[in-house]
Amino acid sequence: MKCDVKPIEVTWFPGCSMKTSAMENHESFKIFCEAIGIRLIELPDWNCCGSSSAHSIDQELAIDLVARNLALAPSGRPILTACPSCTLRFKEAHHHLMESSEARIRFRKQWGVPFDPAKKVMHFFELIDGMDISAFTPGKKPLAGLTYAPYYGCMLARPPKLRNQKNFHGLLEKILGTLGAKAVDWKGHNKCCGTFLSVARPEATTEVVNAIVQSGLDSGAECLITACAMCQLNLEIRCNLKDQIPVLHFSEILTLALGKGKNTDQWFKRHLVDPKPLLAAKGLI
Amino acid sequence: MEKIDPTFIREVAQISGTIPSRCYNCSACTSGCQFAHIMDKKPHEIIRLVQIGLKNEALAASGPWICVGCNTCSMECPNAIDIPAVMDAIRAMAIAKGEIPEKDIYNFHKEILGSIKRYGRTHKLEIMMRFKLVSRDFFSDMDLGVRMLSRRKLHILPSRIKGVRDVRNLFKKVG
Ligand code: SF4
Ligand code: SF4
Repeated sequence: MKCDVKPIEVTWFPGCSMKTSAMENHESFKIFCEAIGIRLIELPDWNCCGSSSAHSIDQELAIDLVARNLALAPSGRPILTACPSCTLRFKEAHHHLMESSEARIRFRKQWGVPFDPAKKVMHFFELIDGMDISAFTPGKKPLAGLTYAPYYGCMLARPPKLRNQKNFHGLLEKILGTLGAKAVDWKGHNKCCGTFLSVARPEATTEVVNAIVQSGLDSGAECLITACAMCQLNLEIRCNLKDQIPVLHFSEILTLALGKGKNTDQWFKRHLVDPKPLLAAKGLI
Repeated sequence: MEKIDPTFIREVAQISGTIPSRCYNCSACTSGCQFAHIMDKKPHEIIRLVQIGLKNEALAASGPWICVGCNTCSMECPNAIDIPAVMDAIRAMAIAKGEIPEKDIYNFHKEILGSIKRYGRTHKLEIMMRFKLVSRDFFSDMDLGVRMLSRRKLHILPSRIKGVRDVRNLFKKVG
């Protein structure tokens, strides 16, 4: 892939986490996308996808909340998500609408437009899988010397009905590897961060989070890198180990690797474990 | 004496779209679940209760409420049973029956939905405050709340969408 390609336009669905508690994730994500030729057009007036809560207590509402966004989205371009939870909710709703004619009739009644199967949701991983990001840093390995633990949490797990769709195990390692970073072998990569139990059962979440971070430490990682804003938050707020390592967003490290970081102090002051000493030592800031 | 409800499994299968009678109780699901140790009935036990028709026990269990729907278990299941979908179905039945075993978790979800209903999006600070109020647990996370506010992870003002009425109209059932 060359650097001078025409931008790909996508409808961008940031979701609540990236828009609020993980603004540093959103800012770096936007810069990175622009740098690699992806034009994000934020879906006007999008609403929350319902997250685990709508899904937990009212299945129909969970579909309806996604449906409004699907109805609002313009035809002809994919809907891009980066939050794994939003992605799953969108995929499930889309799948349900594909399967059930009743659901499609209801959709039309509710929103005044027919359900358009072509308005598919695409996770950021799907978009960059197969791209050679190192083409944007010719002749350089900007992440050389960085040893990290790739953390996916539950984002690659899915229900049996979506089992035959493609998946992206190894994507973090592949992309960050082309930029020179070294992934450790460790036990934590697919362990769930606890999501809402962080609020409702904090002690149990701390137990789980500590085990993940400890496993990263034991394997010699200097930081954890995750593509989920919710994971990043839980790993930071619920960890109470004496020794901790920074937890970086995938988008932050990608943007830094491309040398495009702007106002990064604003990103890093939102982290509870300061990543600046590490990033400075690696010459990334 | 336990009461066996022979139609329970059919009800669950219908709501969840998965077939719990395929389970041979290997407990691979439970081994993969990070939260099984804080559930009174573990994932494989829940599936078992469904299989043998012990509806009251299943509906009274904490397992379905602790479950975060991470899908780790369903990835492990050799019989491709959608375990979290079974958890969803049991939760829905417990709500319909009006007997909710884990009130605080239910309240948390209600707070999230309340926020979506008011603004169209979630407002984290308000959710945390209201959740703490409802569960009368004010001080446990005070320090964390202050740290998050100072890092601007919790916003003081919610962002409200224009089409909030559209969204409100979707909330007929849950209130
Ligand atoms: S992994 Fe599947 S087959 Fe094994 S106990 Fe769990 S639900 Fe049953
Ligand atoms: S989906 Fe629920 S039961 Fe399954 S592993 Fe995750 S928390 Fe455990």
